[in-house]
Amino acid sequence: MTDFSEILQIVGLSILVSGTSTLIGSVVGVPLGVLVALRKFRGRNFVRTVAFTFYGFPPVLAGLLVFLILSRGGPLGFLGFLFTPIGMILAQSVIVMPIVMGITISAMMTVEKRLHDTSLALGANERQWRTTALHDARVGVFTAVMVGFGRAISEVGTVLIVGGNIRGQTRVLTTAIVLEISQAHYLEATIFGIILFVIAFAVFAFLQRLQAKGVV
Amino acid sequence: MTALRRPREPLPWPSFVTVWRVAFVLAALLILAGMAVSIDLQPRSFIVLATTTSARDSGLLDYLIPYFQSDTGIGVRYTAVGTGQALDLGSRGDADVVLVHAPSAELAFMAAGQGLCRSPVMMNQFVVVGPNQSDPAGILGLTNATIAFERIRTTHALFISRGDNSGTNIIEKTIWSWVGYTPSTTNDTWYKESGQGMAATLDIASQLVAYTLSDDGTFLVHSANLDLRIDVQHDPALRNFYSVIPVNPSVHPSIFVAGALRFAKWLTSERGQSLIGNYTAGGVRPFQPDGQDLCP
Repeated sequence: MTDFSEILQIVGLSILVSGTSTLIGSVVGVPLGVLVALRKFRGRNFVRTVAFTFYGFPPVLAGLLVFLILSRGGPLGFLGFLFTPIGMILAQSVIVMPIVMGITISAMMTVEKRLHDTSLALGANERQWRTTALHDARVGVFTAVMVGFGRAISEVGTVLIVGGNIRGQTRVLTTAIVLEISQAHYLEATIFGIILFVIAFAVFAFLQRLQAKGVV
Repeated sequence: MTALRRPREPLPWPSFVTVWRVAFVLAALLILAGMAVSIDLQPRSFIVLATTTSARDSGLLDYLIPYFQSDTGIGVRYTAVGTGQALDLGSRGDADVVLVHAPSAELAFMAAGQGLCRSPVMMNQFVVVGPNQSDPAGILGLTNATIAFERIRTTHALFISRGDNSGTNIIEKTIWSWVGYTPSTTNDTWYKESGQGMAATLDIASQLVAYTLSDDGTFLVHSANLDLRIDVQHDPALRNFYSVIPVNPSVHPSIFVAGALRFAKWLTSERGQSLIGNYTAGGVRPFQPDGQDLCP
């Protein structure tokens, strides 16, 4: 059914798409989360609630929205990103970003409470305080990125709708599993599932090692 | 301003901020690279085909596409969805060409000016399949699906419907309309909807010892793993016609029309037709070519 090089290609695309969308989601989500946690402004609680609400945002709905935007009839249709890995990355970034942002907010706010007064009393300026707060909250922020990646790699709704599950082009592990199940190929589906689990395990083990070594 | 600032405390290196900066640069580079790659691909060498799950699940497309690619040098990226969604992808301009089996929906698609031309490609038939060991509705050997459905209704034998508005589901509803009865999952305990594709629905029917309607291709390809057999076949009303429709480029300028036309003409050519006719899966030939090139 599926030969080894094809499996490799599916695995590679899964890591590429989920990794890149985690990267994009984090690069946007972490600073936004820091901003929301450390700056006091009107509507801050509302922004937090919205970010937390997006934890429960159904990926299929995100997929539908991104599909409508990237479709030829949609506002960004001229880019031709529908049914391409780039479209899948955009769609997954939409899912990852609020998750990273929300967990970052939580992590920063726990640190902020005890740190703020102490730092300022010791003579730190606002910028130093923010940097120190981010540094102290790094474990929580790191967790945010890991949870974001976990969501991206295990997600099937958006990549199926926006990617189209095109063989050799946009088929990733989760959509391959759905396809095999729909054809009652339970053995193949299970094998893909195990591969997915092993990848997730390897990535998280690697990240935790980084953390333990004090790199982050 | 800067002069007034106190010197920053050195942070353990690399600090989280450094990591974040590296991540930012990496992300920016990846986005730019992605843009560059996709812009470079603009003069396309592949077509996007929207088709139905039966064309994929029967294995036909994975068999045909390499031949088409070596004959013409044009790649095919296909997405297999329901007939309704396949036609919708065409009318949005997201697909260059569609391969579907729902004549009424196809005619509506053509009437709306969305299709460039419509050529018949091949046919197979729908069959009523039921449990291997028993025949609670007594329909084995019939050649009339309407009578078979009537017996299933009167005997309250378990029946699994696709329930997903697919081409097969539409045919099933049509047969029920000939019976003069509309089964519903709320009133009829013997009538269940799977909401899934053909292969999955066959598997459910097999597990639940039930009847279902299937195209013969998908059933034959999967029959080895199913505890089901064909009860009713050769009903002329159950013939299933596939057509290929390149999307109209005057409605959607982004269509790769040359590639789409090439694909439609290749499918209906002698070469494509003989490949379709010779395609075997599970020891059978699920598709009967009946192609006719109606494209300019």
